[in-house]
Amino acid sequence: MNLWIGAVALGLAFAASALGVFLTFRVLAFPDLTVDGSFPLGAAVSAILLTRGYDPWLSLLFAALAGALAGMVTALLNSRLKINGLLAGILVSIALWTVNLRVMQDKANLPLLTVDTILTPVRQYIADPNLRGVFVFGVVTVLLVLLLYWLLHTDIGLALRATGENEKMVRAQGIDADAMRLIGLALANALVAFSGGLVAQYQGFADVGMGLGMIVAGLAAVIIGETLIRPRGVGMTLLAVAAGSVIYRGVIAGALFIGLGPTDMRLVTSLIVIVALAVPRLRALVMPRPLAIQAART
Amino acid sequence: MIRLEDVHVTFNTGTVNEVRALRGISLTLGDGELVTVVGSNGAGKSTLLNTIAGVTFPHRGRVQIGDVDVTEMVEHQRARHVGRVFQNPLDGTAAGMTVEENLSLASRRGHGRGLRQAVGEPERREFRDLLAEIGLGLERRLKAPVGLLSGGQRQALTLLMATMARPRVLLLDEHTAALDPAAAVQIEALTARLVVSEQRLTTLMVTHNMQQALRIGSRTIMLHQGEIVLDLSGEERRGMTVDDLVRRFQESRQQALVDDELLLTP
Repeated sequence: MNLWIGAVALGLAFAASALGVFLTFRVLAFPDLTVDGSFPLGAAVSAILLTRGYDPWLSLLFAALAGALAGMVTALLNSRLKINGLLAGILVSIALWTVNLRVMQDKANLPLLTVDTILTPVRQYIADPNLRGVFVFGVVTVLLVLLLYWLLHTDIGLALRATGENEKMVRAQGIDADAMRLIGLALANALVAFSGGLVAQYQGFADVGMGLGMIVAGLAAVIIGETLIRPRGVGMTLLAVAAGSVIYRGVIAGALFIGLGPTDMRLVTSLIVIVALAVPRLRALVMPRPLAIQAART
Repeated sequence: MIRLEDVHVTFNTGTVNEVRALRGISLTLGDGELVTVVGSNGAGKSTLLNTIAGVTFPHRGRVQIGDVDVTEMVEHQRARHVGRVFQNPLDGTAAGMTVEENLSLASRRGHGRGLRQAVGEPERREFRDLLAEIGLGLERRLKAPVGLLSGGQRQALTLLMATMARPRVLLLDEHTAALDPAAAVQIEALTARLVVSEQRLTTLMVTHNMQQALRIGSRTIMLHQGEIVLDLSGEERRGMTVDDLVRRFQESRQQALVDDELLLTP
C-alpha cells in the first residue's frame, strides 16, 4: 500500500515539472530540453539553502528563480544567437550539471534528513510520511493549476498561447514572439526547478544525477494525460497533465511491484511513452472505418 | 496617409540568385484611399506589402505611415499602425483558441499586454456586437475554437481583427483568392462595407482578379518587375474594362521584353 501512496505523492511532486514541460512543448511549441538541468538545479538550490537554515518555502522560491534564469538563458541563446532551440536547451542543461555541483559545494549528494522541510509542520496532523506528501503536494499542485489557468487567460497568457499556435498571426498582432518565448521558458523552468526542490525535500536528499531523463518523464506525463483523458479547454488540459504525472508514477510503481528493478525503469518509461503515443492510432485501427476516420482527425 | 519613397528591395544580394524585387517604388496613399494592386507572379506585389508591414526591409528608400517614419521598425513594433489579412485563411487566426480569445488578441494590438483578464463580460458584449454586424452568426459561437470555423468565417474574423483597432494602413494580400466562390463574394462585400464605407481605412489590396481590382476602391496600380508601370484613378479608371487593363498589362510586359532584348543584342 505504501508503494502506491508514495507513487501518488511523488507524482504530485513531479506534477509541477509536467506542467512546465506542457508549457514549452504544447503551449509554446518549443521543445525545451533545459529541463534535465533545471530540475536538479532547483533541487540543489533548495537543498543548500535548507542546510543553511533557510525557510523551506523560501528555498523553493529561490529554486524557482534559478530555474527561470536557466530558461531565460536557453531562450536568449535561441532568439539572439539563433542557436537551434533543441541544441540551446541541451547546451544549457549540460552547463547546469557543473553549476549544480558548484551550488551543492562540489558534493554529488546533499542529504536533508536532519533539516526541516515543507512537510515538517504537517507531521503533527498526518503521521504517515507518504500521506503527508500526498496532502502537501496535492495542495501545491491544485494551487499551481489555478495559477496557470488564470495566467493563460490574461492578455500575456493569450499572447503566449498564440505564439505556439501561429507565429505569423502573433507578429501581425504586434506581439514580440521572442519575448513570449523568453517569458514562457522562464516560467516553465521555474516550475521544473520548483518541482526539483519539492522532490528533494520529499526524498530527503538532492542528487546531481536526479535530472537525467526528466524531459522524457515530463513528456510521458503530458502525453498520458492527453491520451487517457482527452481534455477540451485549457483548464481540463492542465488537470489532465497533473493527473498524467500521477498515473505515470503509478505505472512505474506497478513495474516495481511486479518485480522489475530500478535499472529497468528507463525501458519502462520509454515503453509508456511509445504506448501512449500509439493509442490514438491503435484506436483508429480497432474501430469501424467511418468512426476511425473521425478518431484520427481528433 | 502612407508614403513610400524610392524603395528598393533586393533578395540574395551579391549571389547568382539575386532578385531585385522592388526597384524604386514611390507611392503615396491619401487618408481613406483604397488602392488595388495588380501584376503577374513575381511582380513584387507581396514584397510591397511585406515592406510596409516590416517583414522585409528596403536597402534603399523610406517608408512612412502617418507622420511616423517606420523604415527601421520591426514587424511587431509597427503592427499597431498596420492591419493585415493574408491569402491563407489559416494564417490570420489561432486555430486552437476561441473566437473571443482571437478577437481579444487583436483588440490589444498597439496597447500593452499585462496580467489583465483578457475576456470579461464587457469585452464579450463588445465582441458579440461586432460579430453580429458582419452577419455570419459568429456572435453565437464566441467560445468555439476558431479551428472549427469555415475558411470564409475565419477570413471574416481575420478582417474584423485587422480593422477593429483602426490601423493607419490596412494590407490585404489576395484575401479572397483562397476561398470558395460564395465565400469570396461575401468577404469582398464585407471588405467594401467595413473598410470603405464604415471605417474609410487607408488600404492596399493585392488581387489577381482584374475585375475585382477595378470594382473595389478608387485607384489601381500595376506592378511589373518591381516597378509601378500603371497608376489609374479618376475618370481614366472609371472608363476601364478588364480587357483594357489586360491590354495595358501586356503592353507593359512587351515593353519589358523589348528592353531585355536591347540588353541582350550586342
